[in-house]
Amino acid sequence: MSDANSTDQARRKPPQTKYDYSAGPPPVTINMSWCKACNICIALCPTQVFEPDRDGKPVLARQEYCTQCTLCWIHCPDLAITSNYK
Amino acid sequence: MATVVKQKSDVVLDYLRPGKKFPSVWCPGCGNGTVMSAIIRAVDKLGYSKDEVVMVSGIGCSSRMPIYLDFSALHTTHGRALAFATGVKFAQPHMKVIVVTGDGDALAIGGNHFIHACRRNIDITAVLINNNIYGMTGGQGSPTTPDAAFSTTTPYGNAEKHFDVCDLAKAAGATYVGRSTVYHAPQLEKQIATALEHRGFALVEAIANCHTYFGRLNRQGDAVAMLNMFKERSVTTAKAKEMTEEELKDKWVIGTLYESTEKSEFCEEYQKLVDRVAKGGR
Ligand SMILES: Cc1ncc(C[n+]2csc(CCOP(=O)(O)OP(=O)(O)O)c2C)c(N)n1
Ligand code: SF4
Ligand code: SF4
Ligand code: SF4
Repeated sequence: MSDANSTDQARRKPPQTKYDYSAGPPPVTINMSWCKACNICIALCPTQVFEPDRDGKPVLARQEYCTQCTLCWIHCPDLAITSNYK
Repeated sequence: MATVVKQKSDVVLDYLRPGKKFPSVWCPGCGNGTVMSAIIRAVDKLGYSKDEVVMVSGIGCSSRMPIYLDFSALHTTHGRALAFATGVKFAQPHMKVIVVTGDGDALAIGGNHFIHACRRNIDITAVLINNNIYGMTGGQGSPTTPDAAFSTTTPYGNAEKHFDVCDLAKAAGATYVGRSTVYHAPQLEKQIATALEHRGFALVEAIANCHTYFGRLNRQGDAVAMLNMFKERSVTTAKAKEMTEEELKDKWVIGTLYESTEKSEFCEEYQKLVDRVAKGGR
């Protein structure tokens, strides 16, 4: 159920990121057994890094767009997201 | 180039009670979890040790928080968290006492304890998670259920007037009063940290989403929709100064609403009394 508009916007404007994730670990790690698929991280990520999988849990669809803005892990009510860079 | 410094994002995991089964019992997206994360980060930022902190709660969804955290904990009876916390603080004045309470817990059954804790100005930090409804018992109206809002006990709209938690605390004598929402989680963390450092009774009202009951009964949508509503309906204290009363209707003013260091703290005052009487004074 991805939002077509926001996805397009993300593709048009690749954000400037500090890190090259292709060389290191992914920007964030999601603890899938704690995640309850509430959709908060997917909706709040300003650069649309996540897409929901078929259970509604986030998968890293565009990890190169992660700016380490902290929003997803600060808001995750189930403490299921940790950054590998902060 | 992964940084090897103490990782800010997983600091929350260091404070979870070992052996506790996760995830929590809370509904997916429940604001209680976001507030818990903010409390942990505030405590970590201030560098308190886990043994220095006592978390006290009553009964309710929000009141389940101490079960999950590796602080000293007291999970008490409905509405009595502040009464128990007063005892803890009195016996162990060096400890940081955090009370986590819901709107029903603190203001309905616990209303009396709430005003008297404020009045005494005892050094306790109360985080009142206001979701405008009784979550745990199935969505009954609480003293903060807004006018005309729906709940299972107000199926045709609430005819009662509601409390403004912050005004109530200030009027009753609390010396620090702040408000934030779960959408403004970084600010909430800051509010909680300031409240913890404040000497005296500090109240932080955390506006949170109970989309399972309040959101559903009032057609406010899911957790994400409610977070966006918090964003739209909140104004900072600075902005609120320039707004009229009419414009501020249905808005939450967020930030530090009241702070005072003039009133003496209860434990200190009591110690003075003890010292005086011990010396033979009266
Ligand atoms: C003496 C007593 N009366 C009533 C109850 C039932 N009860 C349990 S939780 C609750 C309300 C909780 O609401 P709130 O404090 O707003 O917390 P929330 O669940 O919304 O986080 C009530 C009435 C109880 N457990 N004990
Ligand atoms: S915010 Fe947390 S619980 Fe919600 S979908 Fe994202 S990872 Fe899962
Ligand atoms: S840190 Fe920010 S940019 Fe990166 S995934 Fe989380 S919300 Fe998106
Ligand atoms: S019923 Fe409401 S307050 Fe309780 S866990 Fe669910 S969303 Fe949270």
